[in-house]
Amino acid sequence: MLDLTGLAQVHRLDLEAGVVEVDAGISLDRLLRVVLPLGLTLPVQPGTRQVTVGGAVACDVHGKNHHTAGSFGRYVRSLVLLTGAGDAIRLKPRGPDPELFWGTVGGMGLTGVVLRVELELRRVETSRIVVRAERQPDLHGVMDALREHDRTAEYSVAWFDSLAQGAATGRGVVMTGRDAVRDDLTAAQREDPLHVPASRRVQVPHTPLCAVNGVSGRAFNEAYFRRAPRRPSTRVEHAFGFFQPLDGLQSWNRLYGPRGLVQYQLVIPDAASEVVVEVVREVAASGHVSCLNVLKRFGPGTPGLLSFPAPGWTLALDLPVRAGLDAVLDRLDARVAEAGGRLYLAKDSRLPRRHLPTMYPRLGEFAELRHRADPGGLFVSDLARRLGLHRPTEGNLHDA
Amino acid sequence: MRDSLGRPQTVLLLGGTSDIGLAMARAWAKQVDGLRVTLAARPSPRRTSAAADLERHGCRVRELDFDALEQQDHERVVRAAAEGEDVDVAVVAFGVLGEPERAWQDPHHAAELAATNYTAAVLAGVALGRLVRDQGHGMVVALSSVAGERPRRSNFVYGSSKAGFDAYYTGLGEALRPFGGRVLVVRPGFVRSSMTEGLAEAPLAVDPDTVAAATLRAVASGREQLWVPRQLRPVMSVLRHLPRPVFRRLPL
Ligand SMILES: Cc1cc2nc3c(=O)[nH]c(=O)nc-3n(C[C@H](O)[C@H](O)[C@H](O)COP(=O)(O)OP(=O)(O)OC[C@H]3O[C@@H](n4cnc5c(N)ncnc54)[C@H](O)[C@@H]3O)c2cc1C
Repeated sequence: MLDLTGLAQVHRLDLEAGVVEVDAGISLDRLLRVVLPLGLTLPVQPGTRQVTVGGAVACDVHGKNHHTAGSFGRYVRSLVLLTGAGDAIRLKPRGPDPELFWGTVGGMGLTGVVLRVELELRRVETSRIVVRAERQPDLHGVMDALREHDRTAEYSVAWFDSLAQGAATGRGVVMTGRDAVRDDLTAAQREDPLHVPASRRVQVPHTPLCAVNGVSGRAFNEAYFRRAPRRPSTRVEHAFGFFQPLDGLQSWNRLYGPRGLVQYQLVIPDAASEVVVEVVREVAASGHVSCLNVLKRFGPGTPGLLSFPAPGWTLALDLPVRAGLDAVLDRLDARVAEAGGRLYLAKDSRLPRRHLPTMYPRLGEFAELRHRADPGGLFVSDLARRLGLHRPTEGNLHDA
Repeated sequence: MRDSLGRPQTVLLLGGTSDIGLAMARAWAKQVDGLRVTLAARPSPRRTSAAADLERHGCRVRELDFDALEQQDHERVVRAAAEGEDVDVAVVAFGVLGEPERAWQDPHHAAELAATNYTAAVLAGVALGRLVRDQGHGMVVALSSVAGERPRRSNFVYGSSKAGFDAYYTGLGEALRPFGGRVLVVRPGFVRSSMTEGLAEAPLAVDPDTVAAATLRAVASGREQLWVPRQLRPVMSVLRHLPRPVFRRLPL
């Protein structure tokens, strides 16, 4: 395994242009702690800062502003890739070698090792977000509100209740946000508008059993919905809390016990919106319990060959592993594939291989590209081996 | 590569005509579309019909000629099975029950039992161990028997070979852990199968499908040993500690 977290320097920071060049192993947390006090931020922030810039490129990650800002790859000015031949080459979105650039963005590390990344940053006046939360009594309410916010909100995301059934199916809390300006802050906050809190993380101990079960899950879903104000309300929150609410808990995955959890994230085009409803209904009826249930709008994707985001709906669930989960998710996979959607490879740990060519139709191009960048097949991952990503043509032949 | 729910994409059956091994393959085929199964066994009509049956269950089946008593077969067959795709689960399912009374008196029969159930199983383990280390992952399911836990007068040659088998695969499990491998030692009691056809049934007898279902669950949850049925674990624990004069008088 290659661990790049030792390569974590900031090489060049152009305050004027808002561009930074970093080693790929630097974490988003560290980078933000450098640039945020200077009034600059990452234009795309995933749900955790505990990932590297290289990982964010390799998965072409998205944040709560995908519908307006797109994914991480859009802000990569250039990157240095170490190929299987041992060459370190600089790639740019419009050349040199745009094919390899867009194969590497979202390429899950299979084209080589990203060593350095030159990134565009975005200017902010404060490190806070003005957040608005509203409860919606059912899934249609949630979806209508999110669609509505496509045009008006910089950030938008919804949490939905994955257990409620009947009329309340998919009820949820829709959160929207925009970057706060000085005037949004209290007098005390204005003293230090670009404040960054010290990192304080609570460690979750090993648990012999899964703490997420029918009882605790039901209680959580109910409480989360009830906690949100009945009427839309607005507050000012630190960007860290808004974008990465889970980062305060280290090793939160331990809550799921030794058998762990399956993360399931899909995207479905607008034309098949009804499939979102079906998925939520099916999960609610399945008896499997998810607490972190997210529904969000995606805007246009990048040209990344294996990049996940595409216009439409993305839905994410965290499901504790229990008997019968495989059959439920297998059914959902088939619906997603039929609807022209796909699963997020960054989170996948169980997708049956046969869906891959449907979900990622540019797999063949990717195979050729990989063959060119890494003819010896040096770079392989467990994900690649399970899905046959490192030799897609062979994998598909087997299914024929 | 097994997925996070423990499902394999490819299964190798060493002893490709074993009722229990085939029951496992069928059970996995229900969970996994297009499961690849490699049946390693001596060529026989039984192997051919087992392959056809698995194909009907949606498997991609390959047959490999394998004689457990041929020393060089183990390495060759394991390598061939891993061609093109990794081996996610290998089931060591070959073995002979033999004729208990002949087995402790007839040197040829005794040697055959020991060679098949112990020596050949160790050779298979050597080849599988190398494969798991090369792949960096892989699960070995070793079909042991409660007969190895405490030898009985009625079939102690078989029992002794399974005792050695059990100890070997338990140890192999420890050896492969640092390389990402796992070994599951399965200890069934009396299984109604072609191996035991015509024998008087022991208490707590089970069908191959029951052993298969329990094994699949154990593989999915990453367990390393399993008794089928479950009650055999406490039963064997007691039997192991009985004084010999008492054990001798039990109708086993
Ligand atoms: C709590 C949580 C919340 C999340 N929220 C989001 C979210 O909102 N949006 C989103 O898009 N994702 C999200 N993710 C997924 C996460 O952003 C991605 O999995 C990310 O790629 C992880 O980066 P990492 O640095 O940990 O990489 P790793 O997990 O180590 O690797 C991930 C992949 O990137 C490749 N890779 C890593 N570094 C390099 C490099 N230098 N060169 C080439 N390839 C490399 C690896 O080969 C691998 O395929 C979330 C994950 C968690 C745990």
